[in-house]
This record gives sequence, C-alpha cells and structure tokens, in this order.
Amino acid sequence: MVTVTKPLSSTDSPYQSRGLLSTLRRSPLTLLTHLSVIVIVVMWTLPTAGLLISSLRDKEQLAVSGWWTSLSPSTQRLMVRSVPPDAQLEEGGRYVLRGKVSDDQALQVLAFGWSSREPAAYAVGDVAQMRKGQTLSISSNGEYELSSPEPFSGARGKRLFYTAKIPPRFGLDNYREVLTTGGIGQSFINSLTVTIPATVIPILIAAFAAYALSWMAMPGRGLLIALIVGLLVVPLQMSLIPLLRMYNQIGSTFGVDAKSYLGIWLAHTGFGLPLAIYLLRNYIANLPKEIIESARVDGANDFEIFTRIILPLSFPALASFAIFQFLWVWNDLLVATVFLGTGEQQMVLTARLREMLGSYGGNWEVLTASAFVSMAVPLLVFFSLQRYLVRGLLSGSVK
Amino acid sequence: MTGVKLSNIRKSYARNEVLHGIDLEIELGEFVVFVGPSGCGKSTLLRMIAGLESISDGEMYIEGALVNHIPASMRGTAMVFQTYALYPHMTVYDNMAFAMRIAKESKEVIDEKVHQAAELLQLTEYLGRLPKALSGGQRQRVAIGRAIVRSPKVFLFDEPLSNLDAALRVQTRIEIANLKENMPGTTMIYVTHDQVEAMTLADRIVVLSAGKVEQFGSPLELYTNPANLFVARFIGSPAMNILPVVLEQSGPHSLIRFTSGKTLSVPVASELMEEGAELQLGIRSEDLLLSDKLNALLSGEVQFVESLGEMTLIHVKCKESDSIIVAKLVGIIELHKGQTVHLSLMADKVHLFNTEGHSLRYLDQQSCDAGQQAEQPDLVTDNV
Repeated sequence: MVTVTKPLSSTDSPYQSRGLLSTLRRSPLTLLTHLSVIVIVVMWTLPTAGLLISSLRDKEQLAVSGWWTSLSPSTQRLMVRSVPPDAQLEEGGRYVLRGKVSDDQALQVLAFGWSSREPAAYAVGDVAQMRKGQTLSISSNGEYELSSPEPFSGARGKRLFYTAKIPPRFGLDNYREVLTTGGIGQSFINSLTVTIPATVIPILIAAFAAYALSWMAMPGRGLLIALIVGLLVVPLQMSLIPLLRMYNQIGSTFGVDAKSYLGIWLAHTGFGLPLAIYLLRNYIANLPKEIIESARVDGANDFEIFTRIILPLSFPALASFAIFQFLWVWNDLLVATVFLGTGEQQMVLTARLREMLGSYGGNWEVLTASAFVSMAVPLLVFFSLQRYLVRGLLSGSVK
Repeated sequence: MTGVKLSNIRKSYARNEVLHGIDLEIELGEFVVFVGPSGCGKSTLLRMIAGLESISDGEMYIEGALVNHIPASMRGTAMVFQTYALYPHMTVYDNMAFAMRIAKESKEVIDEKVHQAAELLQLTEYLGRLPKALSGGQRQRVAIGRAIVRSPKVFLFDEPLSNLDAALRVQTRIEIANLKENMPGTTMIYVTHDQVEAMTLADRIVVLSAGKVEQFGSPLELYTNPANLFVARFIGSPAMNILPVVLEQSGPHSLIRFTSGKTLSVPVASELMEEGAELQLGIRSEDLLLSDKLNALLSGEVQFVESLGEMTLIHVKCKESDSIIVAKLVGIIELHKGQTVHLSLMADKVHLFNTEGHSLRYLDQQSCDAGQQAEQPDLVTDNV
C-alpha cells in the first residue's frame, strides 16, 4: 500500500504544475481580457479618485502639489508678516518682536530667511544677521524672535520667509464653499429639474410604442420601425435650430416662453425616443410569445397585458435605458445652452461648470469640488440601477 | 349539444393554405385529442380555437355561439402551453389568480378557487413560490391550475407533456385523466404527437395529416378499423405491415392473391371493385403467426430480433413485400438473424386498401351508416 501511494504522491506535483501551465497556455485570451479589464478599471478609477481626493484637500496644498502626494506632508515656502512694531518689547537694551508664524500646531519649520531673494537662507536654530544689527531666529515649532538695537518703526510688521513642512489636511470646506457661494447648489436643482422629467417621459412613451410595435398587428408596422431606426442617425446639431424655431413659433401661439423647462423636456424626449423605442422593442419583442398569448387567453386586453406582464418583465431594459438617458441629459450642455436661458433659475450644472472655468480658472479647489458634485448623481444612478442590467428576470418562465 | 363545432375551417398564411376545410363536431364534455405528424396543422387548429390565430374561412362555434370574430380574451377558453408560459414575476398564487383578477372577481372568490385548484393539484405548499423555484412537473401543474380556476368552457392543451421526462410524463398524464373525470362538463381538446397519450386519454381522436382530417373516432375504432393507409400506419406501434396484393375475386368475402401466388379469402366486402385490381393489404404485427412451410402465406429471412421478454419482435425481409415485415410474437422465441421463418396471418384482422389508400372495410361501413341516416333525413337537419 505504502509503495503504491508514494510514487503517486511524487507524480502529483508535476501534474499540478502542468495543470497551472496548461491554464496559462490555454487562455491567452482570458489573460488578455483580464489585462484589459484592469487597464480599463485603472483608466476610469484613477482620474476619478484624483478628482475626489483633490476636491477634499486643503486649497493651499492643492495649489502646490499633486493629489498623489496628498498623504505625505507637503513642504511649502510661505511668507508671513510679524506682529506690528506697536507690540515690541524692550529687553536688555534691545527691542524684541515675538510671535508665531502660524497657528497650526502640526507645522514644522525647516528653514527661514528675511529677504525674498533668499527665503531659505538659514536653517532652524540659526540666528540670521539682518541689516542694521537686527537679528531673526525661528524655531522649528514656528516661534520667531526679531530683535533690533533700535526701536522698530513703521505701521506693518516685518516680512518673514519660511519653509515649512505641513501635514496633509482634508476637509469638506471646498464643498461647503462651492455649494453655498458658487451657485452650484441652485444649478444642481436645475439639472435635476431638467433630467428627471426628460428621463421619465421618453421611457413612458417608448414602452407603449415598443409594445405596440412588437405585439400588436397593424398595417405599416415594419415601415414605422424602419423610420424609427432611421431617426437614430439624425445628428442632434443639425436639428437643434429648426427645432428651436418651431418650438418658439408654436410656443408663441400658446403664450409659452421661448426658453423654458417644458421646451428642454420636449427636446430631450424627442432626441431620446428613437433609441428608447429601438432598445425597448428589441427587448419586448424577445419576451416569450407564450406568456403574452397565455395572458390573452386568460382574458387580458392589450393594456392589461402591457401593464401587468410586459412592464414588470421589461424592468431590466427600462432601467438600462433610464441609465443611458439620465447620463446623457445630465451631462448635456448643447441642448441646455439652446433651450434654456442663462439666468440663475435655469442654469444647469454643465453650464455652471463652463462658466466657472472662466471665472475661477485658477481655483482648483472650486473646480474639483464642483466637478465632483456634478458627477455624484450619475454615479448614484448607475450604482443603484446597475443590478437590473444583469439580473435574469426571465429565468423560470419557460423551459 | 356540441361543445365545439368547426365547419369548413380553413387557414392560409399569405397564399399558402395549411388547413384545407376542417369539419368537426366535438360533444360537450368530450375529451378529444388531435394527433398527427409535425406540421400537419394540429397546433394551428388548436390556436384557432383559442382565438390566437385568425380564421381564414369557415365557421367556428363554441357551445352553439359563433366565435369567428370573438377575441381570445372573450372566448371562455383556457389553454395549457407546452412551455408552461407562467408569468415569471408572479408567485404561483398570483399566476392562478391572474385571470380572475382581470375578470374583477372578488377577493374571497379568488382565494377560494385558487386554494381549491391548488389542493386538487397538490400545489398548496408552493403557492408563495415563484415559477423559477419549481420543478418542471410542478410548473406544468401550475399551468393546469391556472386554467382550472377559470372554469372554462373549453380546456385546450398544447403538447403539455412534451417538456417533461418519461416518469413525470406518465404521472402528469394520470393527473390529466383524473382532471377529466373531475370536470365532466368541460370540453377538452388536447394536441399531441404521442400515440400513447392519445390512446389513453381520448374519448375520440382526430388524426390530422397535411391540413386535413384523416379520421375522427374512438381510439379503438382507429386501431381496429382505420379509414385509410395513413391512419393505419400512424396509429399503433410498430406500424401496420403493408403488402401489395391483387384482388382475385370480389364479393362480400374477397379472395386476394399475394405476389408469391398464394391466395387467401378475407372477410372484407369488395363488391364494387373490379377483379384484378391492385390492393394493399394491411396487417398488424400482433396478427401475424409463426407457421410451417406448408401453411405459410409469407416467408422470408429474419433481419433483426427484438426480445422484450413478454414478446418478441421479429423483422422479416419477405419476398411478398418490398418493405420489412414486423411480427409481434407472444413470449420468448428463440430466433436469430439470417434464419428463414414462415408466417401466416389472421384473415379476419386483415385490412384492404384501394389505390387511393381508402380502407375497403371502412368504406363499406360508411355506406351502411349513410344508408341508415338517409332513412331519417329530418333528424339530421334538426341537429344542425
């Protein structure tokens, strides 16, 4: 028995290594798939993470170093003015000004200087000899001492230059600033006002149309479907101006403003419908015929079949189109520019971001935070609905 | 009263006619099975009765009312589909209650009927489950339950057992047979291509071929007295053996001659036939007997032996026929391939078919029946 099992166990390991090799050899395609998935994930996640981290950083730190250094302390060259000469004390025949360069407890000064030409000329602990017998020393915790044989004069304090190591600082200050002062808050609401109806209306219309186009026999049905597929390729830019003119003409007869939410809802509905009908029809037409026939024999009319059978079964398709349409409308700038005004009550997030790029071009903290605010909703929508994209709702209905 | 009456029903897709004038009268409460090879139109006919396919021509009556233009939802039929067609997003209870909810029945009535049906089909403990959590047999029972609760006028089954495995098929077949006894007033129409289902379940069988009714009768009638070659070959397993013969002498008893020259007198009337006419002789495999060389009518070489214990099937290549003759012999018979066997046949079980494929015996009986009916013409018109 023992002699039998021993050679077996010794041949075990070559088999295993061969197994591993064959997995590697068998699946160069699998390997490629995995690699490309990793690349895609990195390409998508890294900038997003960078944006998020940047938006949470302190604005001074954000200005001097990249987000990837955000966890290590940053070294900054700073300038501060000493306390004004009014606060000088006379100690042993010399006049002294004392203070701290910063209130930050964690701050660590590395070097200092008194001239803007040599801001880091002296190491901590040195005593800098300035003009007219004045001296300056700064300790590593930021306490400084200026002394002079003559009284300090003038209204303002002396300029002190120092290089300090500042620990990373994170906070929601940028968001607070953006949401309260930048007008982003109002734009956020405006964007929602545009997006939610512009998502719901086309889905409602398209679901009805998709049912009719797949399960109700009528003359010219094939032609109608072809027409809708044809509409898929009409460029948005081409139809914008004629659409706006038409809307304004029709609107003026009913006394509706030229630029209003109604207009943009209708425009987005129109632009979204061909894709919506096409997607939903493909899904609904592939539902098992027997289920619909069974409902018909059970006494249901078309409306009842639609509401009780088709709608619940098409939820995955409805959800996936809802994601598409929501993202498209939320990120849209062109249609919003044409159909909405630029007033506070109508400016959507994308338009606000564009405007802020002009006025706050250098303020990274404002831009990153507002960019992330505008991203938050699409991410939320995607993550809350994505499970319907993969759920096999139909399993078990037919064999 | 008739349950379902079809008169000259036709169905065409574009210019392609698939049903060529079907006439059927199905009695109230009768269990009728449509059988036929695939593509014969049996499912189409069933779907037309359900209202899922339009009627191109002809008239259809359900319990006396013309239903040609009544939509499926108003016909009062219930259908069990081959694929079950359960609503996947609803529980078993909701599946069964669906039709009644559409019909706006009260909650108490729905609850009572669903529980009744669930008890009948042993589904009570599964009422809260979704279809995907059920086995194939259970799903089919839910589909049947969904049809029962509606108390339909006509109960339609479209190959309900073909998705089940063999054991479940037998069990569900028995359940359907029980169902038939529990619902005596409900007309049931069942489509299948499985002979066993047809023979065991049906009160009467409709054999369809290429869009035409070949024969409509009780299972044993089809077996013992097939109207034509198609039915003779289709019903029964193994299929009926067919041999070419020549009519030697016509009369109330016909004398026929085999290609080998041997003659046999069979009790089939052939008064209207010319002597010397070419006929086809049909004989079921169990009506063939082993015999000695002297008395044998057929002889040939054994090609294949199937020993099943209670019987032995022998496939014989006979000089008298182009095709292989299959004989079903009782018990275990020691025979092997290549051996020469001699067979005789029971003359009273012989069927004769003319060149159009019609059974002479069947035609004879029809003309007798027609004669009887002709004596009472008033009664016939009253029925219509």
